[in-house]
Amino acid sequence: MSLEQPELDVGERPDGGLDYDALADLLSEYVLDREQHINCEAFVIRPGDVPAVLSTLRDRAGFDHMSCLTAQEYRDRYESIYHLRKYDDPTQELSIVVPTARDDPTSESATDVFDTANWHEREAYDLVGIEYEDHPDLRRILMPETWQGHPLSRDYNQDQPQIVPLREYPNPMDKRTEAPDNADTMFLNIGPHHPATHGVLHLKTILDGEQVLDVDPDIGYLHRCEEQMCQQSTYRHQIMPYPDRWDYLSSGILNEWAYARTAEDLADLEVPEYAQVIRTMSAEMCRIASHLLAVGTFALDIYGDFTAIFMYAVTDREKVEKLLEDLTGQRLMFNYLRLGGVAWDLPEPREEYFENVRSFTEQFRESLTEYHDMLSSNELFQMRVIDTGILPPEEAKRYGCTGPVARGSGIDYDLRRDDPYGYYDELEWDVVTDDGCDNYSRALVRLNEMEQSARIIDQCVDILENWPVDDRRIQSNVPRTLKPDPDKEIYRAVEGAKGELGIYIRADGTERPARFKIRSPSFCNLQSLEVMSEGEYIPDLIAALGSLDIVLGEVDR
Amino acid sequence: MSDEDQLHDTLEQAQSTQEARMGTGMDERFNSKLRQAFGTSPFMLTKFDKFMNWVRGNSMFVLLFGIACCSIEMMHHYGTKHDVDRFGAGVPRASPRQADVIIIPGTIVSKFGPRLKRVYDQMPEPKFVVSMGSCTISGGPFQEGYNVIKGAEEIVPVDIHVPGCPPRPEALVYGILKMQENIRAGESSPVTVKPYELDEFGDLERDELVQELASEINEDDLVMRYDWVEA
Ligand code: SF4
Repeated sequence: MSLEQPELDVGERPDGGLDYDALADLLSEYVLDREQHINCEAFVIRPGDVPAVLSTLRDRAGFDHMSCLTAQEYRDRYESIYHLRKYDDPTQELSIVVPTARDDPTSESATDVFDTANWHEREAYDLVGIEYEDHPDLRRILMPETWQGHPLSRDYNQDQPQIVPLREYPNPMDKRTEAPDNADTMFLNIGPHHPATHGVLHLKTILDGEQVLDVDPDIGYLHRCEEQMCQQSTYRHQIMPYPDRWDYLSSGILNEWAYARTAEDLADLEVPEYAQVIRTMSAEMCRIASHLLAVGTFALDIYGDFTAIFMYAVTDREKVEKLLEDLTGQRLMFNYLRLGGVAWDLPEPREEYFENVRSFTEQFRESLTEYHDMLSSNELFQMRVIDTGILPPEEAKRYGCTGPVARGSGIDYDLRRDDPYGYYDELEWDVVTDDGCDNYSRALVRLNEMEQSARIIDQCVDILENWPVDDRRIQSNVPRTLKPDPDKEIYRAVEGAKGELGIYIRADGTERPARFKIRSPSFCNLQSLEVMSEGEYIPDLIAALGSLDIVLGEVDR
Repeated sequence: MSDEDQLHDTLEQAQSTQEARMGTGMDERFNSKLRQAFGTSPFMLTKFDKFMNWVRGNSMFVLLFGIACCSIEMMHHYGTKHDVDRFGAGVPRASPRQADVIIIPGTIVSKFGPRLKRVYDQMPEPKFVVSMGSCTISGGPFQEGYNVIKGAEEIVPVDIHVPGCPPRPEALVYGILKMQENIRAGESSPVTVKPYELDEFGDLERDELVQELASEINEDDLVMRYDWVEA
């Protein structure tokens, strides 16, 4: 940051708001129409102008973060929506709507402008069937290559038989697997069933000796149709259990909050303050549980340490899960938030619960120093992770990285502070960043973030304890069936455990969403694996993957 | 046990000879059940099968295999609080070729179906399957999904189902104990033809779908064909 007055981007008002008219002027030759979405304005453009519009917006108006691409099919057209925002101020948002004809759904690709568009467009092609011209590698990403039809398109027949091949992966010792121009290389599969891939991820790697020349993640082994499930469930109660299963490392409440926030803004629902405090507290417990697992498995990946750090992490997780179970009734799939509040109040006797929470955070601070002893100040650990898996901030931005991955690259981006929701802006806490850009910084950010979470929990307990007895409203009045007005569209995000967890919903006047799109942070973060690991040794690839802390339920949805 | 009992001396005899053998200074801990059972004669007559089943049930090598949300609870059941290792079933193996029990912890989708079958096939006989969670029973919450296999039994034979979404670690431990009982009794679920098997592409009936894919898949590629309606 320079000391001079920061220059305003085009369309930015001095008070931090956006002047859409100025932006429309900037893009005057392209904008066909302007729409009003709940979170921001949307400009409608021609399919051929996508790269020009996006690069103008990125270079001149400061929209350097392409959070998400939503593809959907209407009765008369296909539509791709690019959701843009700024890393400096994520409340400044703009959507770019690209309609394409039903008989020829082709649109220009945005991969030249944002690298993250690569996978998003592949997904849109795979599930909805929009083709992107000049895309470097437009193949299916979530469904098997031989799948027939595009499952989220309108005329997809779910009952038709399908054939999925089991392709034998080439034998690494076989001569034929050498890359044609480099006789010394070797092809190596990691996964889909491999202990270091944190689930069912498949990495196709090409090695030169022990160095990684190329890595190509192959995902979709856990694509369980989350978007379809949400589109056929009702807003009020049926959708809420599904978010728990996106990022299932105990981050349930963080995910539920993403849905709750989006649907509440869509249907204009109030949330009582008291419920917001409970949400904030329980969400931070989830963050601790999730980061603990990330740290534990990271140690497992790095030195195969199944006995100490991993077990310590599991032990501490048991304690958080106990607290969450007392509160919500479940250990993992909480289903605790409701639209307009939470399911029920804190468990009785309240004093005992507060006591338990306090003693947990107190003890947890002590065990954090243990983690620092065993990990961050451990020489062995440092030798393995410092200066490996480098992700420079510019690259991280182009790949749309968020969460601890971005913060480990020095990008100061945390939606809890920058786009406040819940009770966060009333509390004292810090956003943790580290500009080492390597595996070490990412692990360190997680460790330090847990400390901040404990801080937040403590403050919430104090607030809850002193909350007046007759003002403990846990839910506002919510109509029994929710039917948001047709053609209302919204994109909203919260800071999940892995980063920006966003949801796009389009309502069509019924009690079910017409389109429900999940922007998952792991999906975007995983794309940057290439940058981190190419040219590194193969053990560093595993370390980089561990430091990304992906969860396949969220990558594949 | 009754026929075995007759082979040995009474308990007192057994202990006294034992003590004589061990000399002084040894404490009670050395009087294990096994020693008592062996008594003065260091032999025990039993059927080899029975012996092997007993051994097998008490030293299970579980495949380290995570699919979805249930695998988080599976990790906890290896962990400090629940510690399945107490029951002789807590040594995870990373390679299917060294494992004899597979816990299937999560949703199986179309892309993973052939892989699951392959992993199962790679395990040496005899092998046992615990399916964990509603997803492996019926597809669970995702049953209506276009991509989800409606239960693990469509692909592999399952010995024990542990219901829940996710089951608590205690439930999984209970399931494992039940399976150990089965194994000791020499039971395992029969290997039968499942709705979804791996076949060579050339062997499939030449219908419209097969014709269409003929250019993409080789005759001798292994494929899994999903007939959603019939299954
Ligand atoms: S049964 Fe429930 S917890 Fe287990 S994998 Fe399925 S959805 Fe996840």
